[in-house]
This record gives sequence, C-alpha cells and structure tokens, in this order.
Amino acid sequence: MSSDAPAATDPLEGIAPEPGVAKPDPILTIDGVKRSFGGITAVNVDHLEIQRGIITGLIGPNGAGKTTLFNLMTGFDTPDTGTWRFNGAPLSGVPAHLVARRGMVRTFQLTKALSRMTVMENMQLGATGQLGERFLPSLIPGLWRRQEREITARADELLARFKLDHMRDEYAGTLSGGQRKLLEMARALMVEPELVMLDEPMAGVNPALTQSLLGHIKGLRDDESRTVVFVEHDMDVVFDISDWVVCMAEGAIIAEGPPSSIGQNAAVIEAYLGATHGQAPARRRKQAGGTDQ
Amino acid sequence: MAAVTRLSLLVLLLVGALVAPAFAQDGERIRGQLTAEGEGVPDVTITVSLDGEPVGTGVSDAEGEWFVDLPGPATYEVTIDVDTLPEGVQLRNPDRTTLEIRVGEGATATALFALGEREEVGPILLQRIAQNTVNGLKFGLIIGMTAIGLSLIFGTTGLINFAHGDMVSMGAFIAFFFNAVLGLHLILSALIAVIVGAVIAGAIDRGIWHPLRRRRVGLISMLVVSIGLAFVIRHVILFYFGGSRRPYRDYTLQTGIELGPIRLQPVEMWVMGLSVVILIAVALMLTRTKLGKGMRAVADNRDLAESSGINVERVVLSVWILGGGLATIGGIFLGMIESVDYLMGFRLLLLMFAGVILGGLGTAYGAMLGSLLVGLVSELSTVWFSSQVKYVWALAVLIIILLVRPQGLLGQKERIG
Amino acid sequence: MGTVIFFDALRTAIGPTAAAYALLAVGLNMHFGYTGLLNFGQVGFMLVGAYGVAITVATFGGPLWLGVLVGIAGAVVLALILGIPTLRLRADYLAITTIAAAEILRFITRTSGSEPVTGGVFGLRQFAGGFYALNPIPPGSYLGPLSISHGRLWTMIVGWGLVAVFTLLLWALMRSPWGRIIRSIREDEDAARSLGKNVFYYKMQSLVLGGVIGAVGGAVFAVSLQTVQPDTFLPQVTFFAFAILILGGTATWIGPIIGALIFWFVIAGMQSALRRLSDAGQLPEFFGSQAVGATTLTFVGLLLMLLMIFRPQGMFGNKREMQLDVK
Repeated sequence: MSSDAPAATDPLEGIAPEPGVAKPDPILTIDGVKRSFGGITAVNVDHLEIQRGIITGLIGPNGAGKTTLFNLMTGFDTPDTGTWRFNGAPLSGVPAHLVARRGMVRTFQLTKALSRMTVMENMQLGATGQLGERFLPSLIPGLWRRQEREITARADELLARFKLDHMRDEYAGTLSGGQRKLLEMARALMVEPELVMLDEPMAGVNPALTQSLLGHIKGLRDDESRTVVFVEHDMDVVFDISDWVVCMAEGAIIAEGPPSSIGQNAAVIEAYLGATHGQAPARRRKQAGGTDQ
Repeated sequence: MAAVTRLSLLVLLLVGALVAPAFAQDGERIRGQLTAEGEGVPDVTITVSLDGEPVGTGVSDAEGEWFVDLPGPATYEVTIDVDTLPEGVQLRNPDRTTLEIRVGEGATATALFALGEREEVGPILLQRIAQNTVNGLKFGLIIGMTAIGLSLIFGTTGLINFAHGDMVSMGAFIAFFFNAVLGLHLILSALIAVIVGAVIAGAIDRGIWHPLRRRRVGLISMLVVSIGLAFVIRHVILFYFGGSRRPYRDYTLQTGIELGPIRLQPVEMWVMGLSVVILIAVALMLTRTKLGKGMRAVADNRDLAESSGINVERVVLSVWILGGGLATIGGIFLGMIESVDYLMGFRLLLLMFAGVILGGLGTAYGAMLGSLLVGLVSELSTVWFSSQVKYVWALAVLIIILLVRPQGLLGQKERIG
Repeated sequence: MGTVIFFDALRTAIGPTAAAYALLAVGLNMHFGYTGLLNFGQVGFMLVGAYGVAITVATFGGPLWLGVLVGIAGAVVLALILGIPTLRLRADYLAITTIAAAEILRFITRTSGSEPVTGGVFGLRQFAGGFYALNPIPPGSYLGPLSISHGRLWTMIVGWGLVAVFTLLLWALMRSPWGRIIRSIREDEDAARSLGKNVFYYKMQSLVLGGVIGAVGGAVFAVSLQTVQPDTFLPQVTFFAFAILILGGTATWIGPIIGALIFWFVIAGMQSALRRLSDAGQLPEFFGSQAVGATTLTFVGLLLMLLMIFRPQGMFGNKREMQLDVK
C-alpha cells in the first residue's frame, strides 16, 4: 500500500511533531481532561488540538483510553475535570445528542446497527431536524411526507455510494459485520457532521471490504471536506490514510506527528513494547469485535 | 424442551410439596380494625373461640386490621388479649374484653373493640424515639438479611429477582407448615425450613435461570419471568394457607421486658441478636472464604472472574442457595415478631429494593447498610406521622436517592461503553 | 354446563373490564412493547385515572368530564415524577420505582388520614351517574344468550371505542418518524443518542402517553363498576396487563386487543368452570372461592413465565423480528 499523497498544500507542513502542539485551524481543542474509574486514570489529556479537514489517526495500546476519550468528547461520559471546544464553542457538559447536532458524530467500536429496523430506517433515523419526529406533527403525515421523501432520497444516494442499496429493505440484523460498519458510517453521515469520530472502523471487517471502507473514509475528507478522527490498531491502515497520528498510552498523549514520524518515535515504540496487554505496532490485523459472517 | 420438563418439575415440586392445603378459607370470617387516635394499633392478638374452644387467632397489622377465618356459621366469642396492647393504649371499657358475634353462612362479621386515648406519660417523645429506633433496627436487620441475597443475585447475574420477596414468604410458610401444621417446635421447623428454602432457591436457579442465561435471554424478558415466578409462588402459598395472618405456635404472647425507655419481648431480642450474628457470619464468609471471595469477584466483574478461572455458574448457584437460605431466615424472623401471611414477602420486597438501591445495587455491605437505614426511616416516621404510611417514607427515600445518587451510598459510578 | 361456561367466559371477554385492561395493555405496549420501558406500576396510572373521576365527582361534586381530565393530568404528573429520576438509568430502576410508586399511591388512598377525600379503605361510590345519564340505548337485555343490560352495553361500547381510538393513535404514531425514534430507543438508546436524538425526552413522552392511556383505562374501570376501592388496585393488575400484552403480541397494534379478549375468556372460563364444579361438589372441599382465585393467579404467573420463555413474540408477534435480537 502506497502512502496516499497528502493534499497539495499540507496544512500541517512544518508543525512540530510533539504532544499538544498547536495547529493552524483546530476544529476540536481539548484542555486538561481527566477521567478515572475507581482510582485508575483512564484519560489524562493536557492539551490536544485536532486539525480541521484532515484525517487524524488515534493509536495506542489497549487500555490507553482512546474509546474513553471518544466517550468523553461526545458526551457519552463525563470527565472529572477538563474542558474542550468544538468550533470554538465550549462543549463540556453538553449532552450527547446535542454534541451530535452541533456536528460531531461518532460511531461505536461494537457496531450499533439497529438490527430490528431496516437498513433504510436506520438511515432515515440519522437525519436531523425532522418535523415528523415531533409528537403532534407526527400524527399528520401531510406535514412531514415531503421531508421524508427528501431524506429517503439522500439516504438512497448514500446507500448506493456505500454499496448497501441492495440491502435497503432488509433488517439491519441480517447484515454482515463489515456491512454494519458501512451502515453505521453512512448513517452517521445522514447527520451531516463536520467531524466524524470512528471507533475502530475496521475491527472485525472482512479484508475484502477493508479497501472500500478505507476509500470511503478518504472520501469523507477529499470529496466532502469533513474532518475525521479514527481509532485503529492496524498500522498499515493508520499510515495509509492518516494525515496526522496521535498516540495515547495510559490515558495521556505521548506523541503526535505525521505518520512518517510516528513509526520511529521512541515513546510510541516504548508504549507498545512496554504495555503488557498491548500489541506492538507491527503490521498485523487486530482480531477484535464481531466476526464477519 | 428440557427446560419445559425442568420447569414443570419445579412447578410440581412447588405445588406437590404439600399434599393438601393446611388451611383453606372459604366464606365465614370475623374481622375488625383496632384504632387509637385515628391510627391503627398493630400486633394485638385476638382469639376467636367456639364454646370455649379456640378456633383461630388473629394479629392486627400496621393499620390495626385483623381477621380470623372460621370453620362455619355459629356464634363465636371474640377475645382481645389486653396484654398485647401497646403501652398507653387501653380498652375504653376494660370489662369488654370478650364479645359475642354471630356469623351467618359465608358471611364476614365485624367485631369492634373501642380503644381509649393514649396516656401521656413521662418524656413521651424521647421514649418513642428510642423505642422506634430499636424497632427500626430490628426491622432493618431483617430487611438486610433478605436483601443481601437480592443484591448478590443482581451483582452476579444482572437480574433483579422480583420473586425474592416471595422466597421470603415461602421460607416463612415452610417453617409454619412444620411448626403449626405438623406440630414440630419452631426452632426445629426453622432449621428444616432454611435447608428446604435454600434447596428450592438452588433448584430455581438450575431449573429456570441457568437455562435462560445459557440461551442469552435478554434482561427485560428475565425480569418479566421473575415476576411470573413471584406470582406462582405467592398464589401457591395463598392456595394452601389462605389469606389470613397467622402466628407461629411458639414464642407468641410474650410479655415485654423494660430496658430503660425501651420495651422488648425476649423473642425480639433473640431475633435481633441472631440477625447480627448471621450478618457478621455472612460478612466473614464473603471476605474470608474462597467461595465468598468468588462471589464478590463475580459480582465485581463477571468476565474477569471467568477468565481468572472461577466457575461462574457454580458461584451463581451458591449465591442463590445462600440468598434462599437468608430469605427463609428473614421470613421466619419476621413471622416471629409479627405474623405470617402470603403477602409478607411482597411488602418486604419493596423495602428490600429501597435498601439495596440506597446502599448500592450489587454490593453486599451496601444492602446491609441501606436496609438498616430503610428500617429506621420507616419506623421513626411513625413518631411524627401515621403508621399507616410508614412504608411510604421508605419508598420516598428510594426515589430521592435515585435522583441524587443513583449508584447508592456505597456504589460506584458505572463505566459506559 | 359447557355452554353456560362458554357464555360466562364470552360475556367477560367482551365486557367493560376487559376493555379497561385492554387500555392498560395499550399503554404498556407504548412503554414496554415499543420503547422498551419496564413499567411495573401501570396500576398506579389506573388508580390515578379511576380516583380522578371518583374524587372529582363524588367528593367535590364536579362534572364527569372534569374528573376524566383530572385523572389524565394526574397521570402526566405521575409519569414526570417517575421518569425524571429513572429514565436516565438502567431499565430495572424504572421497574422498581414504578411498582413502588403504585403501592405508595394505594397506601395513601387507603389510610384513614385521606378518608375525607378518597373514602379510605371503603372507597367512593356514586360518581358514574353522569355517564349512565348519557346512555342512548333503550333499557333492555341485549346480545341474546349473553343477556347484557343496556347500561353494561353502553360501557362496553365506550370502553372498546376508547381502545380503538388509542390503538389507532399508537398505530399512527409508530409509523411516523416519531415512532422510528421510539423503536430505535428500544433497540439501542446510545445509537439514537449518537444520531442527535434526545432519548430522555422521547422516553418521557412515551411514559406520559402510555400512563395517560392507563389512566383512561382506570376511568373506564371505575365508571363500569360504579365504585372505587384502593385494594382493587393491587400490583397484580399490572401483571394481568403484562400477560395480556405478551399473549397478544408486544409491539403489535392488535396485540392488546387480542390479548385482552383471549386472556379474559380463559380466566373467566376457568373461574366459572372451577366455581361450578365446586358448587356441584365435584372438587375437593378445600377448593373454595379463595382457592379458585389463587389457582387463577398461579395460572397467570405460569402464563407470564412460559410465554416469556417460549413465545416472547406472543401469538401475533413477528417471530423473525424477535430472532434478530442479538443481545
């Protein structure tokens, strides 16, 4: 896999590869966020900026606090201390659903495809600002039918792009693990987010689907100019599609920089080799999550 | 289908354990309500006799209501045991301790004993606070004993066992069967009942919950199943023993002993003392023995316990057996200080819920602490408020704790995702 | 005797009590079937609806329609009190709180302190006159061998009419985008949250709506019996409604109706048969009225367990949909 050529003018050109470094146009800025569970510090991030319009890979050994950081940023968990800003506006203490509406949408490590709803219903659910979702208007189909048609058309487009159109009317529970990941990503796009946070998008995905998933992630940046942060264990994938890589260990940011610099970073190598349960950043696929049936 | 067989076997076991109903109530009954100052007077014994032969005894409940089921239509003598009236409450006419009541076919007759004003003696408020504190501890210890099982079952399996209260009633009635029906001494009956109760609890786990866990049945379905089971147990008891309140044959009608401002019957002291001993024994078991450590490990983190070589299903079975045994003891103790009836466990269940949530769901010590507090709150409330609504305060505590600290006093915040 | 038992059973199955229970089950279907909320205290909402009517009319001399509104308003308040502390927590907290709240309400209505308002243990009567005064059906006996009085027929028509209205309402709601969010919450509320849906708000709407339907069921119940007593509102009522719902099929629009018909047909048939056998001396003598009641309730318990274990989708539920439950 050859490294993808970065955009013609790399916005992070010349930024020093050190933890907590300031970036020219941060979409998300984190300050002093700490979260501990019964004495164990899961997350302890002094300062981190996520650059707008690029793909940032978040790596680190198991238990480094990546998913907890995702939970904290998206309002699914509350930190003990700390603040963070999204597009300059404070986001601390904002409940999860409002975080999503502000334009920061996340996916989950274990997919949350709603299995007893059809693929199309999953997609339609993602659209925000639906009049038919309000109690009284929902009783008068005339009020929302047109909007529903527009949403359905948009969903159909996305499903075609993600090659799920043939499954449109099937229950999401019948999808394979990889298809669920695709559906979850497509569904997240229905929210029209500025920042997409993908928690292990490749985990449990059959290799045949990996390339198409990667293509879709790059497409988010290149075709729709969205910002992407993703957690991934497979270093091939990380180095292939990231413009910038952040490495966490024991809750803290220990290194960040362009992919080329991270592989050689002494702190990263130590974190992986030193961590008892972790895997070295070797080029092997992580066997996690559901299997691909 | 194996589950069907198991289930039906279990039902047969429950139904068939007692060949014929020990008591059945149909039709004739004498009832009444004892009130003083507009409040129910509990724990008063009333005996109904026919031609001098006692045919039944009733004990008034928290609202002062009592009833006795009768063998048939006749004119009965109804006698109130004035010694069981609480301090300061007397018959308005001290000579009318016995009433003659005619009961027609299938009828329910009412016998009224008019009670006079409470005598205001001494520093009544402090005295009542002291007495109610002791009553609250007594009650709290019993709730705690039964709630440990509820909490540990939740901790190890994630199931809130809505049938736990009815396991308490079941235990009390097993002892009642041996004691009042077969005529064994209460201590012997209690020992047998604890073993039977524990075995039945174990059989319920093996016969119902274990197969359901293996089939990965969802939590909500399991809760509905536990409600169904509660229904079955409760009404099998109703079928065999009828709906009236009944005392055990031994240790009833004891005179209270004055200890400073407090008055306690010897049986109450024994119940409290034994409860403390049993709770300490359970705490030691949980901290010192391998099985106890296993229980706490599974309650703490099931997956981690499993991967570190603990046989989780065996631990769960032990938790059920322990919980069943403790529920039985709690039921018997409650029956000894009050009386037994088929709804006693269900009433207790709501207080157990309040106790375990107050203390922290899934923790054994939390269950003990929370239950003591619930006992104190409900008993102390009667110093200032009507005793008819004393459970309401305990349940209000439940709702308040959910608002301010849903993980309970000793619980920890759960991790999400 | 078979025919007599059959007509006894049929009479109850289509009667106003069955309609009231069908309403309770429609409300539970909103909570449990569609949203996944475990309300073990539906009888509390029923009590509020019944006493709303009884207190307004019998105690304060207000009109019947006001009583129904009072009951509905009471149900909204109760849903808010129950929902605010528990809807952010695990499903079982709601179950515990609702069953406890229903019992609190029963304790409070029956204490002697509230006797001037609620009538205490004796309850209230004479509040349904306004309803029967509206009866357009000429006096007489109807439906042939069922010999149903014109008053009962009137309550049956209104009761089942309300069942139809609320069934239609739920049907319309559940096929709208609002219903889509409700179903997504039942499956995985975190997914709904991650897509910008205010899960708490929707759960609260569901709790209020289902509670209000339960309260209307309570009003129908009170009006048809023309009396309310606190000890009618025992926790077991909720579980009758659960049995009805699961029997007919959760999360289906017709489930509560089919369930109520079958449930009451079976229960009434069983009770009638046991009673008649007992009267004819064909049962052991201990099998008195209390034993008949106990047998019926044991049967309901077994029914709940067996349905939930072996046929959770009910008689008309979508088996395929149930099997997709991966958890």
